[in-house]
Amino acid sequence: MTPEQIAETLKAEFDGAVVDAIMSGGHPSVVIAAERWHEVALFLRDDPRLRINFLRCISGIDWLERGEIEAVYDLQSLRPAGPGELWSGDNDVAVRVRVPREGGHIPSVADVWPAADWHERELYDMFGVVFDNHPDLRRILCPDDWVGHPLRKDYEHPLEYHGIPGTTEFGQKSPRH
Amino acid sequence: MSWIQNKFEEGLIVTSLDWALNWAKLNSIWPMTFGLACCAIEMMATGASRFDIDRFGAGAFRATPRQSDLMIVAGTVTYKMASRVRRLYHQMPDPKYVMAMGACTIGGGPYFKHGYHVVKGVDLVVPVDVYVPGCPPRPEALLEGLMRLQDKIRHQTIAKTPEVKAKEKVLTTA
Amino acid sequence: MAETILESQPDPLMDWRKSDGDGEPDFGDVRTEEMLVNMGPQHPSTHGVLRIVLRTDGELVLEAIPHIGYLHRCAEKIGENLQPYQYIPKTDRMDYLAAMNNNHAFSVAVEKLAGIEVPERAGYIRIIMAEMNRIASHLVSFGTYGLDMGAFTPFLYAFRERERILDLFEAVCGARLTYSYITIGGVTQDLPDRFLETLAEFLDYFEPKVDEYNQLLTYNHIFVKRTAGVGIISPEDALRWALTGPVLRGSGIKWDLRKTRPYDLYSRFEFDVPVGLPGGSEGIPREVRVGDCWSRYFVRMQEIKQSVRIVRQCLEQIPDGEYKAKLPKTLKLPETEVYFEAEGARGQLGFLVVGDGSAIPYRVKVRGPSFCNLSVTTQVCRNVLLADVPAIVGSIDIVMGEVDR
Repeated sequence: MTPEQIAETLKAEFDGAVVDAIMSGGHPSVVIAAERWHEVALFLRDDPRLRINFLRCISGIDWLERGEIEAVYDLQSLRPAGPGELWSGDNDVAVRVRVPREGGHIPSVADVWPAADWHERELYDMFGVVFDNHPDLRRILCPDDWVGHPLRKDYEHPLEYHGIPGTTEFGQKSPRH
Repeated sequence: MSWIQNKFEEGLIVTSLDWALNWAKLNSIWPMTFGLACCAIEMMATGASRFDIDRFGAGAFRATPRQSDLMIVAGTVTYKMASRVRRLYHQMPDPKYVMAMGACTIGGGPYFKHGYHVVKGVDLVVPVDVYVPGCPPRPEALLEGLMRLQDKIRHQTIAKTPEVKAKEKVLTTA
Repeated sequence: MAETILESQPDPLMDWRKSDGDGEPDFGDVRTEEMLVNMGPQHPSTHGVLRIVLRTDGELVLEAIPHIGYLHRCAEKIGENLQPYQYIPKTDRMDYLAAMNNNHAFSVAVEKLAGIEVPERAGYIRIIMAEMNRIASHLVSFGTYGLDMGAFTPFLYAFRERERILDLFEAVCGARLTYSYITIGGVTQDLPDRFLETLAEFLDYFEPKVDEYNQLLTYNHIFVKRTAGVGIISPEDALRWALTGPVLRGSGIKWDLRKTRPYDLYSRFEFDVPVGLPGGSEGIPREVRVGDCWSRYFVRMQEIKQSVRIVRQCLEQIPDGEYKAKLPKTLKLPETEVYFEAEGARGQLGFLVVGDGSAIPYRVKVRGPSFCNLSVTTQVCRNVLLADVPAIVGSIDIVMGEVDR
């Protein structure tokens, strides 16, 4: 199915869950309301027309001006074609879930696609988005006692960590934002 | 060597002993297998067929700090790793040497400006004897660094240092 | 066939580990205590600074929890502060064993975003470099996997050939490890004189060596005993955990982006996609099962040969012409985004680049294949022997620079 068809299917199946469908540009995607995301994910995985079984990536984007953090799920379904043949992949679609920057909650899909486990931990670490019902929501890259969420646009570099000095001359805000 | 150091005046016996001790030390510097990042691959290449660090007696890569003389910090040290680097350094027996390999360990390297999680130089964590620049340094550069370390060891002595002598002089006159 | 792949098969080798039905392994009257063992971050067989906390019961590993982040070098933060040209050297340092593939993936992503056409000669040069770097990376994987399994000699053999590949790269761009050679719109400079002839000579020299490696390690009885039937990842698990690259193909799933989603010029070449095959097939020892450590290792060895094939075809087809597209000095990125995945040496390397109308991307996200491949460790290292953990982690072939970014 093309991303447009997937968006139509989701609109027909879930009333009000599809907030928007962005089909122009290089990354066609469907925007799903955060509170409905888990049931939509289950549908995407189990519906015989879709059978999306491969979660490629979860990316976070901090839209500072809009006051939103966006999680982008890149999905795909891989299917066997025949004995000894290449598998076929289709249903490439991106799903976007938008939450406010402060106190954002997204239902975890680690039970739907286990691959989401570490990606969600990374988003929590880097953006401070909380994933509800995640099996083990801890920081993954930064140490446990790290302050702040580094990939937020207003993040300030640490001046010191456990007695080791950080960037003093350059310890300003990230230059662009 | 601390139990024998600073006990004797310089003399024929002491300098001969120095020579023998240093000869043994500098030709059997055993490094620790301690790869952090990209530079570790060049460190592996230095130990492998073409460059063969064994020619300098430093080819016995030990997996544990307890058996090694030299810590080659090969790669970026991050804040999460810094405490482990320090702990490994303290686990090494004396005499111990540290070589900072690559731009990241010298001063943060390419991660200096925006690297919020990168320690800006391993000398903020452990004392460093030899700095080997490059990103990553070529194996030849690492061998050169090893030779500079050997030079450093060659000039060590167990005789009393001028500072110790000066201190003793103050004590005896007082 | 495809359906039979998806059915998990009973494993006679694992039978002795099965118990009387309570799900716990049975060691007769031996009673042991649980112990937590820290493996890493400084450990010779963790391939860098990975730390795995093992919950062990005697020799048996009940649970393995990887802890990562010891090499977190803020690559994504740097990406949103630098122009794409300036970011290319940072992509080198993610997967530092296959830096050309990283340059390639990021360049193609930015080209897709900005709508840049690459000259034909540049396209061929890029594929030659990417495939040669894939060979070099698989050689390191082969050598260090031997080290993990207690065989030191293959390491020296692998590095002997790898040094010759690095010589070629050095002739092209001057660097041994971090090349920054493939760039947006082509490559940074044309090939030096007599490069293609030297490359052809190298391929003639190198191709028989792969059989030498197979004699040396692949079919070595001890090596097969250590890796065959160990750490089996079923095809369902491979998909659920979104594994990619040789790890996915080792589980019998024939999926290679170079074939299934051809990018750049890959659609022009003929090559096979090797997958893990059950034991007893041609050239496969009897003990091997689909998706075990040996299959993953062997997929890499076969991929080396396929890469040689691709490079040979490049040598025949490469035309004269420009090596780089004409581009403005500062490249303005349009206000859109692109997510692009390329087949790196370890799996699908993805870049999400978000433009906002300026020369600096608003966001760069890296999907490191090793990051996703490593996340399966907890699943695989359950009820395995302690000595199997290095075998499993080594066969996944991770690079920590890419896991932590």
